[in-house]
Amino acid sequence: MATSVPTSSRRKTGRRSPLASVALLLIGLLATGGAYAAFTTSASASTPASEQAQVSEGKKLFEANCATCHGLGAVGTAGVAPSLVGVGPAAVDFQVGTGRMPMAASGPQAEQKPTQFTNTQIAALAAYVGSLAPGPAIPSADSLKGGNVSTGAELFRVNCAMCHNVAGAGGALTEGKYAPPLTGVTAKHVYEAMVTGPQNMPVFNNLNITPKDKAAIVAYLQYLDSHPSPGGLDLGNLGPVSEGLFVWIFALGAIVVVTIWLTAKPN
Amino acid sequence: MRVTNWAANYIDERTGMSGLVKELGRKIFPDHWSYMLGEVALYSFIVILLSGTFLTFFFQASMAETVYHGSYAPLEGIKMSSALSSTLHISFDVRGGLLLRQIHHWAALLFVASIGLHMLRIFFTGAFRKPREINWIVGFTLFVLAMAEGFTGYSLPDDLLSGNGLRIIYGMVEGVPVVGTWIDFLLFGGEFPGDAIVGRLYTLHILLLPAAVVAAIGIHLVLLVVNKHTQFAGPGRTEKNVVGVPIMPVFAAKAGGFFFIVFGVIAVVAATVTINPIWDYGPYDPSPISAGTQPDWYIGFADGALRLVPPGWEFMIGPYTVSLNILIPIIVLVMFLVVVGAYPFFEAWITGDQREHHMTDRPRNAPVRTAIGAAGVTFYAALWAAASSDILATHFKMSVEWVTHIIQFALIVGPFIAYFLAKRICLGLQKKDREIALHGFESGRIVRLPGGEYIEVHRQLSEYERWRLLTYDDYQPLMLRPNERGRITNAARLRARMSRWFFEDRIAPVTKGELEASHQHGGH
Repeated sequence: MATSVPTSSRRKTGRRSPLASVALLLIGLLATGGAYAAFTTSASASTPASEQAQVSEGKKLFEANCATCHGLGAVGTAGVAPSLVGVGPAAVDFQVGTGRMPMAASGPQAEQKPTQFTNTQIAALAAYVGSLAPGPAIPSADSLKGGNVSTGAELFRVNCAMCHNVAGAGGALTEGKYAPPLTGVTAKHVYEAMVTGPQNMPVFNNLNITPKDKAAIVAYLQYLDSHPSPGGLDLGNLGPVSEGLFVWIFALGAIVVVTIWLTAKPN
Repeated sequence: MRVTNWAANYIDERTGMSGLVKELGRKIFPDHWSYMLGEVALYSFIVILLSGTFLTFFFQASMAETVYHGSYAPLEGIKMSSALSSTLHISFDVRGGLLLRQIHHWAALLFVASIGLHMLRIFFTGAFRKPREINWIVGFTLFVLAMAEGFTGYSLPDDLLSGNGLRIIYGMVEGVPVVGTWIDFLLFGGEFPGDAIVGRLYTLHILLLPAAVVAAIGIHLVLLVVNKHTQFAGPGRTEKNVVGVPIMPVFAAKAGGFFFIVFGVIAVVAATVTINPIWDYGPYDPSPISAGTQPDWYIGFADGALRLVPPGWEFMIGPYTVSLNILIPIIVLVMFLVVVGAYPFFEAWITGDQREHHMTDRPRNAPVRTAIGAAGVTFYAALWAAASSDILATHFKMSVEWVTHIIQFALIVGPFIAYFLAKRICLGLQKKDREIALHGFESGRIVRLPGGEYIEVHRQLSEYERWRLLTYDDYQPLMLRPNERGRITNAARLRARMSRWFFEDRIAPVTKGELEASHQHGGH
């Protein structure tokens, strides 16, 4: 009792022993550290699981938005939409990322329009289609850089200009199809278009045009985007048609106005 | 003053120029804006000469291969001909070079465009009639020469666009039976593209063709002075006089100023708008071609003619290919140009009119001529539009096949529609003029007469205003009469039929009697 009395009196005067806060700190550190360790190990262990989650998220998105035409399991519907087995994530990233898919209406070719999905959703869709069969992957940021502009310009003239025009202004194809203008297209989408051959475009594989040369083409298009025409307004880079219209309407038009002014009778 | 007098006297005593100056200085220019279009062509030609001379200082007309090292990064280290390399040098490394190149090219487009508009003015006002048929031929020659000048110039830089243009010309010449291939070998010095064509075109472009153009302009202007200007009908204007401003001093000042205005417009356009960006096209190589490859506008009608040919017009006779798909467009184009050149003689034959004409027609007062002109313009426009069928397809979101079919339809049917519409509109306008001449304008003022009758008061034209509406030539269909031998020849029959076609539907000008009768009638 004699010992208990001082204890109780000590409890009354100060509620904790000096060691209690140290112990508490220790417990806290142990708990957070342990938990941190536990969580990090569980995160690294569950990577396939989150990829799996992304794929299944993509599958849901696909079934809700794409399967009407491309079929469940992306096997395609005869006469409506092609199978997407093996087109690879790059194709999905291009088609959905530029707003071409989902198509607003069937027509000669998918029109570019505002993107309907977030980047996360596009990544999920791409992961899902990529999980069906191997195919071209989305290019890494490094593979888009460092191309030689003059090599790119020459390759562009030889391989791309017949449809897209030398300055990337686009052009007509048969039966209402067309090669779109390439101004303002991101480097990634240009690269993906070359490896996947969207719409009527042929595939330029890595034997046909090496990744380094693809980067050169990307570099040329980016050069055109960042360097306006040295001669002034480019009139859409459409060539002599727009020049001819310009000279008839604006140059000759202005001069006719002047002739009317010169021959006007003073009032 | 004393110095100028002395100088004038000095020159006059040695050249006898005062007579010429007196003659030329009193040349009269009527004041209607459309009479200045030919001047625009003349002034743009002067701009072309000046800027072109500058370009020759730096241009190398050679197809020798070289490697480009210059300011334009996307062509660095690329193999090309000296022609393109020196054109790039002019564009990027010669001070003011790009501006002068663009001035030269824009002025060339304006040159041909103003010639075209000038020709249309001459045609629709009948200013080609006797005694000016020869000047029409000279002007027409200038138009063809201008196209040749333009095309040879377009081909000089040896870039991708011009090379493809030359490829088409090579193919067109090749399509001529038997001799085509040999003419091509002669022109190009062998198989396409060879290494001679740029140098040869250069000689044509800066020597032969400009000399021909200058000579033709000289003849054109001398004939202009000899024949005097035409004028629109108006009070005091007759077939025997020209009413207007004498060339000295006011008109000369205006014309001098006008030259600088034309130059200024070209310079402003050239300073702000790119033309023929050869740096985008890159060197010519027979394998690539760019989407949207077209010739300059004045060759567009020829390119369009080729584009409109339906498939399957090629066949073989033994080992020889007959390319009707090329031959027929060439024939159509040549026929079209011949018809344009020969029209004055054709019309003179039909009307049988041997008189001199110094009064220009208002287009409505020659309905069939105006309708023929409208048909011709439509035909040309359809060919022209066809040259941009691919651009039309992408910009109007149509399939290029449909664009082609629509233009094919417009080429065949369009001229007929244009003919009938234009003729009807002309006749309608003539009826309106007749009505106004006889009864004046409806004034909108309603008056009640004492008897209770309401009438609208018509405002009569003044004598001056009416003059313009009354004076024009009235033609009637020729009577078919036997000639002195008592025969009716087939030519006469044809001519009578043509004459009936021209003048069957017509609104006769108001006669003096009708006018007086209508005025006695009380002006309504």
